[in-house]
Amino acid sequence: MMEATLRQTWAFLFRGYHITRRYIGWVVVFNFYALVTSATVALIGVAEKNYQLTLTLVVGALLWNYLSWLYQEIAMSIAYERWEGTLEYTFMAPVSRAVHLLGVSLYSLLNSIVTSVIVLIGLMLFTDLNLRGANLPGVLVVLAVSTVAFVGLGLFAAVFPVMSAERGAEATHIFQGSLLLVSGVYYPIEVLPAWLQPLSAISPATYTLSACRKLFGVGNSESTAEHLAGAPLSAVSHELLVLALMGAILLPLGLLVFVRVEAWAKKTGKLKRTG
Amino acid sequence: MQQPAIQVRNLRKSFRKRNGFRKKSELWAIDDVSFTVAQGETYGLLGPNGSGKSSLIRVLSTLLIADSGYVSMLGFALPEQAEEVRRIIGRVSVDAAFYKKLSARENLLYTALLYGQNARQSELRVMEILEQLGMENTKFSTPLEEMSRGMQQKISIARALMINPPLLLLDEPTTGLDPKSRRDVQSFLEDLQSREGTTILLTTHDMAEAERLCARIGFLAHGKLVAEGTAKQLMQRAGAGSLDDAFIRLTGEELAEEEEMALVED
Repeated sequence: MMEATLRQTWAFLFRGYHITRRYIGWVVVFNFYALVTSATVALIGVAEKNYQLTLTLVVGALLWNYLSWLYQEIAMSIAYERWEGTLEYTFMAPVSRAVHLLGVSLYSLLNSIVTSVIVLIGLMLFTDLNLRGANLPGVLVVLAVSTVAFVGLGLFAAVFPVMSAERGAEATHIFQGSLLLVSGVYYPIEVLPAWLQPLSAISPATYTLSACRKLFGVGNSESTAEHLAGAPLSAVSHELLVLALMGAILLPLGLLVFVRVEAWAKKTGKLKRTG
Repeated sequence: MQQPAIQVRNLRKSFRKRNGFRKKSELWAIDDVSFTVAQGETYGLLGPNGSGKSSLIRVLSTLLIADSGYVSMLGFALPEQAEEVRRIIGRVSVDAAFYKKLSARENLLYTALLYGQNARQSELRVMEILEQLGMENTKFSTPLEEMSRGMQQKISIARALMINPPLLLLDEPTTGLDPKSRRDVQSFLEDLQSREGTTILLTTHDMAEAERLCARIGFLAHGKLVAEGTAKQLMQRAGAGSLDDAFIRLTGEELAEEEEMALVED
């Protein structure tokens, strides 16, 4: 039983690896685009000759690349299957939805890590930033905790393509854009219109960015261009707690919503448009 | 007495169709259909497009939940025991749905893993099936998008059979195939049925195929099962000299292509 479950989980990694291999040209293009857009944002700080601004933008670009790729790959996995026409075969296989989505999430996580490393190396080359003194192990802890919440968000968004082949993919991108807008990726939340600011409190990215900036030493008066004064992990315990709570709620809820929407799609014939 | 492989009783499924702004109507894709398929039997469902064949296959494949009625697959009721049913069915649809950029081998190994099977053992079984279907081993590493429709459909059959299912649901498996591929597939299905006793539910437009492969045939029209029996019984009942004529007389329509039933996207 355990062996079969491991094989089923491996199936999604196997599929993802071979699809990536066959579309390697596009993978290179997407990573190049991620690197260039991140670099162009970070260079605003370099132009201002302000290492604190540069660091703020670098952290924003890096984390947004990681979180948005993770979210997007999970959310779009169903849309990709719609386009390939294989969704019915996946839903017909004797694989539990939890194992299916776990496999998809693991592959998305690997993809996000690779892209983030590429973007990080590129940003270091473009900005000449020195990360000595930053609490990098602490950053990894925050990322690990926020990953769970973002997988949950991805599962929520993955239901859109189940509901509608045409509109679903569009909806996942609108949701992703909204997260970028309200989470304080490149600017403080306070500059948003007052009516938008409450939304930042319900985005896990807000807490991830806030915690990671503290751990990198952004805004710390003791930080210098040569040596950052990264905060200890205890300084971000509030953010960690909120992220852990969000993960504990979003992950099972995302799975539950997905299963409910799948059942609804099977009742209404939405898995296929013609009968 | 052996339990039936497939039992369908008073099955009904409707879809809402939008007729202009804010107006909706209900279309019955499956309208009070009942039939039974014995274990080891090959049962054919004949009907034009839009007659409900694909909807029926999709209900039996756990992809569509019926409005009412009773469905049992080797004793497992749907939709309650969908998980168990998924382990005993293989399905081939009219469109060979694959990851087109991946090779046949990669697609099939993915399916084997998805079903929790040992990839190496499954690969050996697939090679055996493809050989029986008259396909060269060299094609195994070719991306699906570079294969003809006939070859893709043979891979699709191999995918359905690699899990060794006691129940095979074939939704127009030979539609659009060249005569040789069609013959290969039909011969393979005959052989499979006699060798392994697999129960086959086959939907088709092709009267000759139904006559050749199916022990019994059901005529579907507008979601209703209008007649059922052996090819000979159906012809006798209609007083017709061919299955084609029997279909026209018993259903009141020809097996010409009808427009697909368009479902509503809410």
